[in-house]
Amino acid sequence: MSPKKSFRRSLPNTRRIDAMAKLTREALENLRKENVHEEAITIMVGMGSCGIAAGAKDAYDAFVEELAKAGLDDVVIKKTGCIGLCYSEPNAEVAVPGMPRVLYGNVDCAVARDIVKKHIIGKTPLEGPNALRSGENIEIDEKQQRIVLRNCGVIDPENIDDYIRREGYCAIEKALFEMSADDVLGELKTSGLRGRGGAGFPTWLKWSFTKEASSDEKYIVCNADEGDPGAYMDRSTLEGDPHAILEAMAIAGYTVGASTGVIYIRIEYPLAIKRLEIAIEQAKEYGLLGKDILGSGFDFDIEIRFGAGAFVCGEETALLASAEGERGMPVPRPPFPAVKGLWGKPTVINNVETLASIATILRNGGEWFGSIGTETSKGTKVFAVTGKIAHSGLIEVPMGTTFRDVIYTICGGILGGKEFKAIQTGGPSGGLIPADQLDTPIDYENLQALGSIVGSGGMIVLDEDDCVVDVIKFYLEFSVDESCGKCSPCRIGGRTLYNMLRRISQGAGKLEDIPKMKELSHTMQKASLCGLGQTTPNPVLSALRHFEEEFMAHVVDKHCPAKKCKGLVSYRIIPEKCIGCTLCAQKCPVDAIAGKPREKHVIDQEKCIKCGECLKACKFGAVKYE
Amino acid sequence: MDVEAEEKTVSLPPAVKKYIEKQKAIPGSLIKVLHKVQEHFSYIPRSAAFEVADIMEIPVAKVYGVITFYHAFKLEAPGQHTISVCMGTACYLKGGENLLEELKSMLGVDVGEITPDGVFSIHTVRCLGCCGLAPVMMIGDKVYGNVTKEKLPAILAEYQEN
Repeated sequence: MSPKKSFRRSLPNTRRIDAMAKLTREALENLRKENVHEEAITIMVGMGSCGIAAGAKDAYDAFVEELAKAGLDDVVIKKTGCIGLCYSEPNAEVAVPGMPRVLYGNVDCAVARDIVKKHIIGKTPLEGPNALRSGENIEIDEKQQRIVLRNCGVIDPENIDDYIRREGYCAIEKALFEMSADDVLGELKTSGLRGRGGAGFPTWLKWSFTKEASSDEKYIVCNADEGDPGAYMDRSTLEGDPHAILEAMAIAGYTVGASTGVIYIRIEYPLAIKRLEIAIEQAKEYGLLGKDILGSGFDFDIEIRFGAGAFVCGEETALLASAEGERGMPVPRPPFPAVKGLWGKPTVINNVETLASIATILRNGGEWFGSIGTETSKGTKVFAVTGKIAHSGLIEVPMGTTFRDVIYTICGGILGGKEFKAIQTGGPSGGLIPADQLDTPIDYENLQALGSIVGSGGMIVLDEDDCVVDVIKFYLEFSVDESCGKCSPCRIGGRTLYNMLRRISQGAGKLEDIPKMKELSHTMQKASLCGLGQTTPNPVLSALRHFEEEFMAHVVDKHCPAKKCKGLVSYRIIPEKCIGCTLCAQKCPVDAIAGKPREKHVIDQEKCIKCGECLKACKFGAVKYE
Repeated sequence: MDVEAEEKTVSLPPAVKKYIEKQKAIPGSLIKVLHKVQEHFSYIPRSAAFEVADIMEIPVAKVYGVITFYHAFKLEAPGQHTISVCMGTACYLKGGENLLEELKSMLGVDVGEITPDGVFSIHTVRCLGCCGLAPVMMIGDKVYGNVTKEKLPAILAEYQEN
């Protein structure tokens, strides 16, 4: 089961994992010092899910083939995780000793072959649109800082040695041999790390509750049920650096006195699951998981449990029910899972990104981590910036970075040079950030003050063509569909809110709907059983706060300013401009356009489904929509 | 239609049965077992759900309770190739819905239905986590990014020839 290509085997000191027995501390140290790739020409192909979807496998094969053709068997070709530049997938990085490293984007087979011929053989890097960056620090630009994603796109996630060489499993070693459980907690407290899954609860406090709880058995659960549509940093982290999560879970286990870890992961992430399974197997073979880790006497094992597609399972108590194989229904808290969790035992639940910071914090110290970020929000945060953005992808920035820097400096501004409208943060549980808040530093408190949340870190960018009512309706539809139905405020309240929004988007909204929506939202926030119901109305309240005039346009003027709500727009043909070319009639999927060649055409409003095909088809600007 | 006939033909293969018997000893393994059953049949046939209940010695109601709670489990057989159109936020903004409409009209079936020749069935998914390539759809295990209406015929043709 070795994923390595034949090139790898010829390298000095490259161990076969299956040949290794359990590591001693000394052996681990030796492994760390190995620098097998320094002298070799290295090609790293980003093979996360999205890279593969964009064709990274083909590019990889092209590299391998071209290298073989040229007889270059000393070139190392590595499959890495995602580097975060999703807009330019597939990405490949080329390092030739003595030359600056170059990051290439949109690497198809032809580009891959070209890179081998010109850059690797000819020693002249490619120029032009495929050459994205070059130099020493090409993973990121100056506004970014990588802690969570430090290994993503750098190491081969299916090779534990690669992780170890990047100070991997240093932190667990340090914890086991140099720190008491209280020392670890103290370090975390100093670091100021807060949960990255949504609520921002201090991680050290969560751990200390479980540590204090007395029980014969305790559990560490990793929440990898990333359900927010539009956020994928956890997938990327698991695909790119799975060992970081295993190491952090073991540290948590040591700290609170747990010997079993459970990773609850959504079944929609097959590649992340596969890489986790490989990582667990390798860590067990090295004795970095299992009995008596590194001879310390500490035992820790990790198993994987699968979700089956339910957003509500992001809620801690629902997640635990699902991990126990039941319907994922939440229960009232307290008791909190920290005291009574999986199988009724004290349980720490942390999300992937939170765990991904732990090892680095222990290595570099809590003070170092605490020096990054703002007064109340420490460290870095990963954001998935998507939607109408020029360079969509994963970025990691210190807390306190402004939205403007994220959108314009790092991500290249709005797609197609359109006007910025808003950013939705926190997904279906969050809210909108309007244009006048672009200079707000991003942290937990600021976003809360704006009526949104940091959440898992999704940032959906909306431009002038997006209608706020339509987007909020989308989120409500999502939350209503995902409501488990246990409590009535969420089950009935969510549905009612959605129906009101639907009416408004169809032009049937009434003025009294607006205060009613607000009142209902507040009730849901207070009375719902779990986080899902409590946060379902957040997008509604936030939209009403920042974009009330847009709602009014829909309700009072029966007009959708962004021309998005199908019930409020109509397509018409301007007779003066129509030359009767019949193109629109040919394109119309429902035969709603009547007219003979060289005669004025007319759209039948009854039949029209407002798909916009006629507008796109017309070459004479004769179709207008309003 | 023919529920009886289907029940006669479908029964868990020995390997899956063995797997379930092994999992039975591990507490809370029902979801894992159901994933295994679905992996084999690409859905969970009624008779298989009854067999699972039998082997695991739990009420059928509990098995169905779990199956119907989660999006991932399907109670009806999908087409030979399942088309999953991503309905995540980024895909929605970039026209995922139009894509779905176009697919529906091209294939003449609604979401959750199978084409008369049994080749395709259309489904929607929450988010495939490839938001940078939005709009995205998946056929079987293969993800297609930046899909436009114009690209659809060529993509579907890859599967129709087989």
